[in-house]
Amino acid sequence: MLRLERRIEPSRKMVSITPLLAVVLTMLAGGLLFALLGKNPVEAIRIIFWDPLFGQTAFYTRPQLLVKAAPLILIALGLSFGFRANIFNIGAEGQYIMGAIFGGGVGLAFYPSESIFIFPLMILCGALGGILWAMIPAILKTRFNTNEILVSLMLVYVAENLLAAMSLGLLRNPEGRGFPGSRNFQEWDSVFNAEIWTGTGAHYGVLTAFAAVVLCYVVLTRHLFGFHIQVSGQSARAAKFAGVSPNWLVVACLGIAGGFAGLAGVFELTGPAGQISIDFNVGYGFTAIIVAFLGRLHPVGIMLAGLLMALTYIGGELAQFQLGVPAASIQVFQGMLLFFLLAVDILVNFKIRLKTRETA
Amino acid sequence: MKLMKTILAGAALAVGFSGAALADDPVKVGFVYVGPVGDGGWTYYHDLGRIAVEEAYGDKVETTFVESVPEGADAERVMTQMALSGHKLIFTTSFGYMDPTINVAKKFPNVKFEHATGYKTAPNVSTYSARFYEGRAITGTIAGHMTKTNKIGYIASFPIPEVIRGINSSFLHAKRVNPDVEMKVIWAYTWFDPGKEADATSALLDQGVDVILAHTDSTAPLAKLAEAGGYGFGQAADMIQYAPAPRLSSIIDDWAPYYIARVGAVMDGSWESVSTWHGIPEGMVAIGEFSEVIPEDVRNQVQEMKDGIAAGTYHPFTGPINKQDGSAWLADGEIADDGTLAGMNFYIEGIVGDIPN
Repeated sequence: MLRLERRIEPSRKMVSITPLLAVVLTMLAGGLLFALLGKNPVEAIRIIFWDPLFGQTAFYTRPQLLVKAAPLILIALGLSFGFRANIFNIGAEGQYIMGAIFGGGVGLAFYPSESIFIFPLMILCGALGGILWAMIPAILKTRFNTNEILVSLMLVYVAENLLAAMSLGLLRNPEGRGFPGSRNFQEWDSVFNAEIWTGTGAHYGVLTAFAAVVLCYVVLTRHLFGFHIQVSGQSARAAKFAGVSPNWLVVACLGIAGGFAGLAGVFELTGPAGQISIDFNVGYGFTAIIVAFLGRLHPVGIMLAGLLMALTYIGGELAQFQLGVPAASIQVFQGMLLFFLLAVDILVNFKIRLKTRETA
Repeated sequence: MKLMKTILAGAALAVGFSGAALADDPVKVGFVYVGPVGDGGWTYYHDLGRIAVEEAYGDKVETTFVESVPEGADAERVMTQMALSGHKLIFTTSFGYMDPTINVAKKFPNVKFEHATGYKTAPNVSTYSARFYEGRAITGTIAGHMTKTNKIGYIASFPIPEVIRGINSSFLHAKRVNPDVEMKVIWAYTWFDPGKEADATSALLDQGVDVILAHTDSTAPLAKLAEAGGYGFGQAADMIQYAPAPRLSSIIDDWAPYYIARVGAVMDGSWESVSTWHGIPEGMVAIGEFSEVIPEDVRNQVQEMKDGIAAGTYHPFTGPINKQDGSAWLADGEIADDGTLAGMNFYIEGIVGDIPN
């Protein structure tokens, strides 16, 4: 029998190289997977990890990495506050949707005005939409002690239905020939969240995501609030003695997560996605949970994890049409990444002991 | 503008790479799918069309696909990557790919695009769709004959013209052979969700419905009917495994002839932007074999109707037809024009309930 025994002092060197080790292990196991599918494993790994960065079409895929990573990073940063304090909001997908509906709805009320105030107003309302949606689980938890995991998750499905209703009703494009979906914001000059410098892919959402990395780093390491979160995560009792109000912490953490997810939603809506449609949400809110843990809830780690995740998406698409591997194998590959990170983490923090039968 | 130039330069580069090789290099054709190729319905039949293209042209063509591509920014990126890597023709097979297809097509004037079920075209963008309502005329007629409770059910996906045409066509033809028939419509708000589709089937059965038509793509309604009793039809795919009952017949999307023709047009340089709306006559809509549980005279009747549609002598929307509010839509013998059909947003007389919006 095997038994896990906590190491007293995990090796610092090992802790710092585990993410890299996990990536290498994923490449090996993934290579095996592709070999079993009858593909050249070296070529497959090269297409996924190398080609988007340095291949023939890298001038296009490199900026796309930022576009794909930005919402993941932004949402994961917001989630990391709560996760550090053991407050588990897993409904970021719903908060992302509500950000888009609030921001988009307010914007469309002003269509077709070309005022420069509309875009900032939409961004503000997007953040507000996400915050309001996150306040539902927050208030239910602080008032009635409900479980925020369940409530926030269930609200994702409510938000999805609201999104469908909006796409088919209130926000439907009156010139869309009866098809679902709002007007396309990309065709509305003063609202289109286009890339700021051509060829970089960087739209306002990308800039916000990177600014948020710095902001979160400062708050988490230099601010009293970051300390409160740290203490609450380690011991709720100790946090009480340190003067932390647990209810306030729940509201703050869910509010931050909701606000960041809402921002990601409205930036995506006015930029790369373009319109509110039934299938507007593509799972960023859920993938961001993986990104947050892959980045060990550290802002810089989350940034790197977001970029890595984006790389596997874009490289995975290349592998699909260049090698003919199924989409499911790419998802397995992404799953391996998290699996190996967790596995390596356990081995760094724990020793495996053979359990010998104890005699009385 | 600068980005566009960079992309165009890159495209020229990519073309240059492949152009430097032999002139009889295979033509690269890409397919963007909204679901997995194993969905057994919509995407599966597009992929059969792709395989048919490979079989038709052999070494002269190379086909590629990316499956489960979300509509929006991800679709735009996949199409751009395909265009950059030397694809000459790209089929984008979901309505939500419309704006991304137009965006990418602007950046790659030398690549041809074919968008399924949309309405926006460009010099290098064609659209294509199928007249599924022709098949609905046949399944509606069968449903009208086969119901014993005089209640038929319709599992609708989204309130868009294509689905409303299907509801109207089914009800119109059921009513013609069975004046007492009523139709219950349930909106599932999904194209593919076996759980929801099974629930909708149960809900209809509870209301006394005994024949169900579905505009959603999974086999769940037929599986439920096999268990609980009642009849249904294959949708998007033949679903022959549920024959002879509960599956009475089916409406099959057969994209292969169109795909083969369009790839051929790119090869010989005759490709032009067109808006195609094909049905039973051209073979884009196929009807699955009629089950033996349908009485023989009914089978003969629907066979005749199918032959009539194929020969162009019968149009499913031929007057007299009134709108739901009783106002006249088509006079006796008048045939609906394609413009009205394409944007159909009203029920015909006799259907109970409102179109949600």
